[in-house]
Amino acid sequence: MLIRTSSDVAPSEITPKSVYLRRRAFLARAVALGLVAPLLPAQARAAGARMLPGRRWPLSTGEKPTPYKDVTTYNNFYEFGTGKDDPAVYAPKMKTRPWAVTVDGEVKHGGEFGIEDLLKLAPMEDRIYRHRCVEAWSMVIPWVGYPLAELIKRVEPTGRAKFVAFTTKLDTETMIGTRMPMLDWPYVEGLRLDEAMHPLALLTFGLYGEVLPNQNGAPVRMVLPWKYGFKSAKSIVRITFTEQQPKTAWNQAAPNEYGFYSNVNPNVDHPRWSQARERRIGEGGFFTRKRKTLMFNGYADQVARLYAGMDLKKFF
Amino acid sequence: MWQPRRRQLATIKAAVFALCLVPFAHLVWGVAYDALGANPVEAVTHSTGWWTLFLLCATLTVTPLRRATGANWLLKLRRMLGLYAFFYVALHFLTYIWLDQWFDLAAIAGNVLQRPYITVGFTAFLLLVPLAATSTDAMQRRLGRNWQRVHRFIYLIAAFGVLHFWWLVKRDITQPAIFALVLSCLLGVRLYWSLRRRAGAARPAVATSGG
Repeated sequence: MLIRTSSDVAPSEITPKSVYLRRRAFLARAVALGLVAPLLPAQARAAGARMLPGRRWPLSTGEKPTPYKDVTTYNNFYEFGTGKDDPAVYAPKMKTRPWAVTVDGEVKHGGEFGIEDLLKLAPMEDRIYRHRCVEAWSMVIPWVGYPLAELIKRVEPTGRAKFVAFTTKLDTETMIGTRMPMLDWPYVEGLRLDEAMHPLALLTFGLYGEVLPNQNGAPVRMVLPWKYGFKSAKSIVRITFTEQQPKTAWNQAAPNEYGFYSNVNPNVDHPRWSQARERRIGEGGFFTRKRKTLMFNGYADQVARLYAGMDLKKFF
Repeated sequence: MWQPRRRQLATIKAAVFALCLVPFAHLVWGVAYDALGANPVEAVTHSTGWWTLFLLCATLTVTPLRRATGANWLLKLRRMLGLYAFFYVALHFLTYIWLDQWFDLAAIAGNVLQRPYITVGFTAFLLLVPLAATSTDAMQRRLGRNWQRVHRFIYLIAAFGVLHFWWLVKRDITQPAIFALVLSCLLGVRLYWSLRRRAGAARPAVATSGG
């Protein structure tokens, strides 16, 4: 019996190096997404939700992501009503194309940025962040986006720029919540420029590897994981660089309850409720205890230096 | 005015009893099948609180409705409605001390003392306990005239309950405002009766002195 050695593999059957390296990268990404993909409901894919892949980000939290269903049905987005389930019901009617974001104020290269251009401006990253609402509940969400700093560097703020204001779309037609004077519409949020430049400040276009559902702030929103959720403006149409601290929606509505900074801080209570603990949505069952809230939502190592020397009880 | 017979009244009472259990059944079912949304503890807290206020208002509607329609048999439903209000507030309180605070007595005491909406809510709950405890026929007989004095605390309890709701909402006060409006009508009509009774009591006195 003839024992054949290695010569029976045709050169054409050998996978070129470039292909198998690509495949390896694909598998690595699949593994990264594999952590989260089983939590996606089948209907989300069936409905033709558009994929928005990002590259793996090494600093993602290893905590279990909150199920997709909870992330997309338990929302505060007052433009669509004050109930947590209102945004999922009413937001799908909002049109997210065409969409442009106006960058103006104290910048050298302001102007209108079409959403397609923003999507291509920098490489997308999959970042799993903790998310803490001022109402003392929290989630773990795999966002897709890139640091806001990428955009800021391109538009070049002038020397006078000290703050950045984000304005949310105001469309009374589809945003039925804006017909009531719950807040001073349009919704405006803001940051100090150094906060906005921080690498954790994410200009966000997707979650769970797909484009953002409308109720989560499509087509583009901010995510600031060390601040209470309301600081992260959704469905942004304008980014303005200013010299003066912008007037922000919740701060204007109740200045003693919602500070301009609104950093997550278990030691500074909301005047009406404690911020020491939080309910992690989707964690365990009905009889699961609340968790302890972490300083700066667990991002103190990265962001505490931004507030060095500040009295956080005064600048809450 | 139509008056139910004994058998019919028993049927009505059974129906109201069953109806008042529907929100509770819904919550039990929701917890068992994980059908209360992303934050089930919050859903239970809000639901039991809302039904407490609803049942307090229902209890306070019995007398005005009876006087307006002459349907005196409605009075036979009042105790059950009041006890159901207590049942839901007890669940509400239990949810808070157990699933929200996990029996952390220091934290609970701190909340009761420092957070006004919890202070009024807790006070309302405490005040409702003696009312539930003295709801039996035997206690009613034993307390005599004092029974009514004790049970007039229901007005204050309901007002505290609505205040509790008003103070806890973040921005949208629609729901507490509706309860406040309903309660204002229910208490307003009693104030009106009371003023008219006094005026009515005064008038004959004037007439006598004139005669």
